[in-house]
Amino acid sequence: MSKKIVSMKINGKKVEEAVESRTLLVHFLREKMNLTGAHIGCETSHCGACTVDIDGESVKSCTCFAVQCEGSDIVTVEGLAQGGVLHAVQEGFYKEHGLQCGFCTPGMLTRAYRFLQDNPNPTEEEIRVGMSGNLCRCTGYQNIIKAVQYAAKKLREDAQKPVTA
Amino acid sequence: MIPPSFDYHCPTSVSEAVALLSKFGGEAKILAGGHSLLPMMKLRFAEPANLIDINKIPELRGIKDEGGLIKIGAMTTENQILFSDLLQKKIPLLPEAAKLIADPQVRNRGTIGGDIAHGDPANDHPAIAMALDATFVLQGPNGQRKVKAVDFFHGTYMTDMAEDEIMVSIEIAPFAPKTGYAYHKLKRKTGDWATAAAAIVLQLSGNKVAHIAIGLTNVAPTALRATEAEQLMMGNEITPALIDKVAESVRSICDPAEDLRGDAEYKTAMAGEMTRRAIAAAVAHCQ
Repeated sequence: MSKKIVSMKINGKKVEEAVESRTLLVHFLREKMNLTGAHIGCETSHCGACTVDIDGESVKSCTCFAVQCEGSDIVTVEGLAQGGVLHAVQEGFYKEHGLQCGFCTPGMLTRAYRFLQDNPNPTEEEIRVGMSGNLCRCTGYQNIIKAVQYAAKKLREDAQKPVTA
Repeated sequence: MIPPSFDYHCPTSVSEAVALLSKFGGEAKILAGGHSLLPMMKLRFAEPANLIDINKIPELRGIKDEGGLIKIGAMTTENQILFSDLLQKKIPLLPEAAKLIADPQVRNRGTIGGDIAHGDPANDHPAIAMALDATFVLQGPNGQRKVKAVDFFHGTYMTDMAEDEIMVSIEIAPFAPKTGYAYHKLKRKTGDWATAAAAIVLQLSGNKVAHIAIGLTNVAPTALRATEAEQLMMGNEITPALIDKVAESVRSICDPAEDLRGDAEYKTAMAGEMTRRAIAAAVAHCQ
């Protein structure tokens, strides 16, 4: 089976690569792009550890072929921090201790990143529904909810700050 | 788990997709949202030599109100259904049910057409489509044809769709004012299939039942329409005694497969219970 050339944008950078049709996006990111943030957990689209952002939507990258992402704009957890400054969701998970072993964290972060753009001022219940595609076996979720609440507040405050040159 | 090798095709129109299906015969599979097909490929339950990805066919997406009929493109995702103002207004059963399907990420990929065409009795849309009296529009080399939801499912993973056909859209009549509806699904956790689920569409005339449709998920080799239970209700007042009879009738047509969600007896009992609860919730919408 021949390879196909795919081109896409990953964390703002254009990439072009030959891939086998059967290569899953998560394998492409981890093995070809050296972006090992998206984790391979259940491989059956249940756990959410492989969550990435494709064209403004959260997607489980274990259940999508790399060839399907031709022309797409992808954000992985590596693309969240800018200029050495943590993204608000990362800061939230750090401040609120939203992780223990950390395996689920990249998926949690990329999902929270998109969820808070879709719903900048969520209730606790909305956070629980919005994050329901991501499993954590350590924390019991309480601190993850707090971390997302922290990030929501910070993002809202940042949005209100005057822009300085 | 890495799926087996295949040749990838990405048509941009339905006719192109149908031509590819005709060309490859049984050697091709359609790739919609992929959340049933990819796991099956990883486990080698499916090993198609060709995958025809229909994600980049714009005509298969979107929800329209056309000539008094709601037409839902087969590649419309669960999240598009969940957040559709048009459906919320015209067929609110669909957004309500979409909330109970999979999880936020999967709802970005999973499609109504894929959910139906896969022919899995555990999927939610087949029973809902039956309760809604939906019509499926299929396109093959000789053009389009229509099949009613109740006639579409022949067995587990077996449907009325031929190898060279694809599902184009789902057509549903909008609800009349004061139509009651509910989808009650017993599941162990987010993202799980139903242990049992019931979809109800109900209209009352005074306190008598003027229209009733009952669809059942995951309690038989295909989704079921509980026509005998419906007959018991038609023209009658909904009383506790009647609901008992309806639940009994529903249980009598169940033939579920035992799995980790429970044995046949438990699932059958839950089909009756989901029907009771869904009818009660539907009645509340009729007021």
